[in-house]
Amino acid sequence: MTTVEKKNIVAKSTASAINGGEAVALAMRQTDPEVVAAYPITPQTFIIEKFSEYVSDGEVNTEYINVESEHAAMSACIGACAAGGRAQTATSGPGLALMYETLWIASGMRLPIVLHLCSRSFSAPINILCDHSDVMAMREASWVMLAGSNPQEAYDQALIAPTIAENPRVKLPTTNVLDGFTVTHSVERVDSLPDEVAKEFIGEWEPDQWALEPGSQATFGALDANDYYFEHKRQQVEALDQAELVVKAQLSKFSEISGRKMSVIETYQMDDAEIAMLVLGSSEGMVRAAIDLARKDGIKVGMVRIRLLRPFPVHDLRAILAGISAVGVLDRAIAFGAPGNGLVLDVSTATRTMNPRPLLANYVYGLGGRATVKQQFREAISDVVKVAETGQEPMKPEYLGLK
Amino acid sequence: MGKRELWKQIPTGGYSEQPGSTSSVRTGDWRSEVPVLEIERCTHCMICWIDCPDASFQVAESKLVGIDLDHCKGCGICVEVCPTKCIEMVPDTPGAGGVK
Repeated sequence: MTTVEKKNIVAKSTASAINGGEAVALAMRQTDPEVVAAYPITPQTFIIEKFSEYVSDGEVNTEYINVESEHAAMSACIGACAAGGRAQTATSGPGLALMYETLWIASGMRLPIVLHLCSRSFSAPINILCDHSDVMAMREASWVMLAGSNPQEAYDQALIAPTIAENPRVKLPTTNVLDGFTVTHSVERVDSLPDEVAKEFIGEWEPDQWALEPGSQATFGALDANDYYFEHKRQQVEALDQAELVVKAQLSKFSEISGRKMSVIETYQMDDAEIAMLVLGSSEGMVRAAIDLARKDGIKVGMVRIRLLRPFPVHDLRAILAGISAVGVLDRAIAFGAPGNGLVLDVSTATRTMNPRPLLANYVYGLGGRATVKQQFREAISDVVKVAETGQEPMKPEYLGLK
Repeated sequence: MGKRELWKQIPTGGYSEQPGSTSSVRTGDWRSEVPVLEIERCTHCMICWIDCPDASFQVAESKLVGIDLDHCKGCGICVEVCPTKCIEMVPDTPGAGGVK
């Protein structure tokens, strides 16, 4: 593609003021999946309400199924996808919990379903607001997991997700994580691609070996037991290894079309950084603001944001953290009883053989939608400075903004 | 480390292009009881044939002729549905079960 062609596409993009939920619905309209099966749950509702309008208005050819639960939503997607159709759903927190059994069936059957996960805390006590308890709970389910930080990224990733999932080297379901309320309900500028450009990027999908269709003979999800289950799980490991390469290629391809640069790990002010703050999701903005404050005070701190949570981009992270003396890892969920919370366990494992290795400090923030402001992240940065200076690596996390 | 690396060769996702292959595998070996059908009292109503979840009742020329003990799981549904009570469950010992 020439520079002129690229500029034309970027110029033809439509800028609209919409929230993250509507942005995902817009991408789903352009994808036009054969089946969408979903059960409404806050804060995912914007997606399926808007998408239902597209269905009612005849703007998509999708068969929209109002199911009785999230377990049924994913089950319907599994059936549709096994029959060779593109299938998508969306959910949040407790809905994901009810869907948990079928998450594993979708990945185990190697079906390229797309799930838009609007992150939400788990009850009890009752809470409908954002944290990453649900995100962390699906990390082992053999799904590719992309996490954005604003409505634009929610839109972009919603278009990219099916192209990763359906790649014959991957054939794994893919989730597009957008933070509940902070992304789903926040109205921001979203630049959407022209329909024909989006459709061309997504392309057509033909299942490579299977489809439940008249005239074909096949068994799906047969008893594996101790005969071949182990081998099938090993295949999924390989698929996730391949997925990292495919994600990078697709992000790069999409960046060319959209003019928006995307990487598996996003960084800010890392060029001359001595310490870093590592984050997942929409708190990126507040962390950037805290870094700007710290930079004014002469602290050489940068930000690392994980976009690709699964497969975890180990080598990219190690390259980014080379020469960094200490990292403050920001976790928006508690891994109860674990030796560390979700992200710090990942980062600790990924960096363990680096020499020298960055010291890690862990901060829990924003549980159940608790707002964490830039001053609190700024204080955490001062704490990371101390860790770097003293060489004392804390074994327990700090809790930002805990009353 | 396995030299053949079978995991690289088998179809992904437990997909099989040979449906119905269970008939070639003996799956009835986990039962503890096995049905015995007394053929003289049988009216060949075929209710057991309809209700058997494993299609283990063998029929020839509209008559019940045998029980496929390679696939019967010993569930006992046939005993419950038989209107003439001509089927009973007995301990699964060698030679037990089938049409007598």
